[in-house]
Amino acid sequence: MGNSSSMLTQYDIEEVQEHCNNLFSQQEIVSLYQRFCQLDRNGKGFISADEFMSVPEFAFNPLSQRLLRMVDGLNFKDFVAFLSSFSSRASLQQKIELMFKVYDSDCNGKVTFNDILAVLRDLTGPFMTEEQREQVVNHVLKEAGYTQDCSLSLDNFIKILGKSDLKTEVEVPLD
Amino acid sequence: MPGLYSSNSEVDLDRHDYLHESSPEAHGKLLLHDLLDISPILSEAAGAIVDDSFTRCFKSNPPEPWNWNVYLFPLWCLGVLTRYVVLFPLRVVLLFAGWLIFLPSFSLVHFLLRKNDKLRRQLERYLVEFICSVFVASWTGVVKYHGPRPSMRPKQVFVANHTSMIDFIILEQMTAFAVIMQKHAGWVGLLQSTILESLGCIWFNRTEAKDREIVVKKMKEHVEGTDNNPLLVFPEGTCVNNEYTVMFKKTPFELDCTVCPIAIKYNKIFVDAFWNSKKQSFTNHLLRLMTSWAVVCDVWYLEPQTLKPGETPIQFAERVRDIIAVRAGIKKVPWNGYWKHERPNPKHSEQKQQGFAESVLRRLQER
Repeated sequence: MGNSSSMLTQYDIEEVQEHCNNLFSQQEIVSLYQRFCQLDRNGKGFISADEFMSVPEFAFNPLSQRLLRMVDGLNFKDFVAFLSSFSSRASLQQKIELMFKVYDSDCNGKVTFNDILAVLRDLTGPFMTEEQREQVVNHVLKEAGYTQDCSLSLDNFIKILGKSDLKTEVEVPLD
Repeated sequence: MPGLYSSNSEVDLDRHDYLHESSPEAHGKLLLHDLLDISPILSEAAGAIVDDSFTRCFKSNPPEPWNWNVYLFPLWCLGVLTRYVVLFPLRVVLLFAGWLIFLPSFSLVHFLLRKNDKLRRQLERYLVEFICSVFVASWTGVVKYHGPRPSMRPKQVFVANHTSMIDFIILEQMTAFAVIMQKHAGWVGLLQSTILESLGCIWFNRTEAKDREIVVKKMKEHVEGTDNNPLLVFPEGTCVNNEYTVMFKKTPFELDCTVCPIAIKYNKIFVDAFWNSKKQSFTNHLLRLMTSWAVVCDVWYLEPQTLKPGETPIQFAERVRDIIAVRAGIKKVPWNGYWKHERPNPKHSEQKQQGFAESVLRRLQER
């Protein structure tokens, strides 16, 4: 398993790099490949949900179940593409797109009141009542000039989050 | 702009305070933007996918290759030849001879001296210490012991960090400890149930919940006896790669006796002593050690500790873990070593949820 990183040829690396729009350096891709092989314990070519959940720091993340739906069964190329949104070279738009996808669980391009509520439910668990959550979502939507029935599009998301600096940078450890 | 939920987004390997991490106070009115911004949590998850300290605890580190040089390569070949063709057979012979002496004498002592309990136990101790030093010699163990040798007295328990079953052999060659150990299969299991049993060692099965209660009861009985061998526990409950230390199980710290910490640090110059039991059988692990130049290691017997007034067993365990981690120069991580074998429980994510919920509710008030 340790030697498998040597199986990546220069062509492979370039192909993966192209696939993630050059958001990772070649060295980073080699590191990610080592990590991918480490997580893909029996070398199936993808990482199963169970294998992701064996990483406690991931399993304890309140959004882990939601993220699993996005990362479960990805091959290496798509795995890198998914992580590329967290690269320091990724654009703000790309980061917001990823967050939008997390919210938009039915992938219809719209984030509704219920989508926001569902994410808040994951984030707060048993420490908020359903009424409190509804109250919070209602309140912030109203403050921002939206109603409960309207749905947010990606453009709305970009408008809302576009001016802030988001903390989505993850460093790939290079050894 | 203040984030709603602030946390360390970087891959920080020294997450000492991970469990007690509280998000810095975020202030100001709660806006839609603050609620929608889940970036800190997402980056934490991505950080864990890219690298995590739990997996690092159980990663074996292959030695740095140094032989990729025309001049060094023949030297390396010579080394390999020496290790496999000269040293290894010699060591096998040594080990074999050791067993040839040990087995008959142990059986003789064990069955003939039934009536003289005290003498029998003393001789058995010597013999087990002898066979352990044969084992240590079979990998040219260069072990440096620091601090006073453990003494036999009631109401004390020794705890050490755990890297491999050879920890036990290295400690046993100096003092005949009674150890608490996972029950193994194969020849190790056979040794456990015959020879080590006579030292008062206690076996259990990690997966059996009932076994835990029985072990606790046996431990309590053991520490009370005056003539029992000193009790040794590896409270991590699993082998860690000697770079990190996982959480200690609290049982040995609840026995109401003095805890004597032992720190063990291996030098990886010739071989990595970490036993990755999921990938390697113990026999293969021993073979790897026996074909290396030497196993270099330091053992420190540290100052005995007692429960301070007002301290809980868990705090006590953490304090002892601190002492061992500092002495051995290994990093502490807040993870339960059993997660290597079973699913983590969701308690930790609840802590995060609680922090998040409180922050949202507080900021909702500040309209």
